[in-house]
Amino acid sequence: MSAITREDVARLGALARIHLTDGELDVLAGQLTAIVDAVAVVSSAVDDSTPATSHPIPLTNVFRPDTVTASLSRAEALSSAPADQDGQFRVPQILGEEP
Amino acid sequence: MSEMSGPTARAGHAMSFEAAMERFDPVFGIEVHVELNTATKMFCGCATAFGAPPNTQVCPVCLGLPGAMPTANVEAVESAIRLGLALNCSIAASSRFARKNYFYPDLAKDYQISQYDEPINYDGHLTFELDDGTSVRVEIERAHMEEDAAKLTHVGGAAGRIHGAAYSLVDYNRAGVPLIEIVTKPVQGMGSRAPEVARAYVAALRDVVRALEISDARMDQGSIRADVNLSLRPRVDGEDAQRAVPLGKRTETKNVNSLRTIELAVRYECGRQAALLAAGRPVVQETRHFHEDTGRTTPGRSKEEAEDYRYFPEPDLLPVVPSRDWVEKLRATLPEPPAERRRRLQREWGFTDLEMRDAVRGGVLTLIEETVAAGAPPAGARKWWTGELMRAANDAGVDIAQLPVTPAHVAELEGLIAGGALTDKLARQALAGTLAGEGSPADVAQARGLAVVSDDGALVAAVDAALAANPDVARKIRGGKIAAAGAIVGAVMKATRGQADAARVRELILGRGGE
Repeated sequence: MSAITREDVARLGALARIHLTDGELDVLAGQLTAIVDAVAVVSSAVDDSTPATSHPIPLTNVFRPDTVTASLSRAEALSSAPADQDGQFRVPQILGEEP
Repeated sequence: MSEMSGPTARAGHAMSFEAAMERFDPVFGIEVHVELNTATKMFCGCATAFGAPPNTQVCPVCLGLPGAMPTANVEAVESAIRLGLALNCSIAASSRFARKNYFYPDLAKDYQISQYDEPINYDGHLTFELDDGTSVRVEIERAHMEEDAAKLTHVGGAAGRIHGAAYSLVDYNRAGVPLIEIVTKPVQGMGSRAPEVARAYVAALRDVVRALEISDARMDQGSIRADVNLSLRPRVDGEDAQRAVPLGKRTETKNVNSLRTIELAVRYECGRQAALLAAGRPVVQETRHFHEDTGRTTPGRSKEEAEDYRYFPEPDLLPVVPSRDWVEKLRATLPEPPAERRRRLQREWGFTDLEMRDAVRGGVLTLIEETVAAGAPPAGARKWWTGELMRAANDAGVDIAQLPVTPAHVAELEGLIAGGALTDKLARQALAGTLAGEGSPADVAQARGLAVVSDDGALVAAVDAALAANPDVARKIRGGKIAAAGAIVGAVMKATRGQADAARVRELILGRGGE
């Protein structure tokens, strides 16, 4: 079974800009390992003769035409924003990094 | 490395490009993002119109609201396949989308829908010519579909830079706009021509995209954006031996938004990395940003390793499985490849290499072609579009196609000159009027009273008046000094506000002056 280490959690936390205490790293590493182990049970149900599949439905090429449909109003779009300004979503400072 | 001393080897100062090339071999790769000109976004029906008020072209799908389901835009998929075909790519028998996970507010879903292990196009190549006619072939690794991210405006802090920014404003109108990302394989063996090759590749790719009419292809508006990966390795003798030297650590330079900048960024990064390596210091694998004002690059965030994106197949979108019929139908819509078209037009028009290069660089081939189709001689069409009109576009800071002058106007102007109604000088005035929005050249000529004075009576009167006003000159002409007639021609042209045919005036002067 694959164990999620404290280092794995710390790395993910850093990528997600979430500050985690030492205590939280221990707790989350244990909990995430339990989740991964639970999902890993699926692996025991199949062998190599079953091809990996990303889509269970045997459908392909489902498209839509390039036709404009109604957008939300700006008020609707911003209604769930924690903060907004000048018709835009306002988000906290991004720490010294660029996309 | 202690033998590498001297002023060029100090880290922190870029080595000159020439010095860098004596000791190192550059290897580069380019990622180009092309924003498609579809009416709607990649996975939802929101409009993609440029310049709309912020957050007015958004919906639950492109805002990443819970439960919203994406569906691929068939037009965008067809554009991607057409571009793949034009770049000599193999089209995947089956292709799927993937989620690229990262945390940044430019995508509300916290992932970008892209393609990872099954891109729609792979293994292509693009062949193009450098200015001196050298043919170069760049191998293309893949050309895949993805969605653009939102536009962030950083407010507060130092002049809008992210460092010290108090907060950011997000406009999701651009989030979800269809993109195609074209990735080259490492380009090697170019030596000191690397900057020129990088620039010419992006120019050639832009031309292909334009010919396909799948994008506005405006680098200045961000509809084509390039990132340049570059590394150096020690230079050794022999092509095979050089290829056998392992690649160095690479940097990725972003914010490269003009053809000129691509060339500058490659040159600068070669010199910067060379100085580090020569001083025995490592090149840090990182993203760097190019600054147009200083011509330098500065570090951005350290590049996340591919696994940090935790790619996995997008479960909400079904695979794209292009049938052979569909691909062949799309292949039949491909335009003549730009390089072939250029050769054909040059042959048909009889332009010199230099004339052709000016026309290509100015992006006026199609305008000349349309002007010729409207009845103008190629030389005349070229003269206006690469001269007067290109200057007018530069002065106004607009794309030449956006000028109020059309190919039909230029053809009309050439017709007026050929018919003797306007001199070259008057034609310029008529064109200026058309540029000022006063109507077609013929309308302007009429409204402004521009016309060659071909009425001999009026010209004779003007010539006589000029001769009478300049008795010394008249005497010289009578004495056989024909060169003296120039002064009288000038006086007559002035008197007729440039509307006389200078050759006819000269004939009349010699005729009258001799009496």
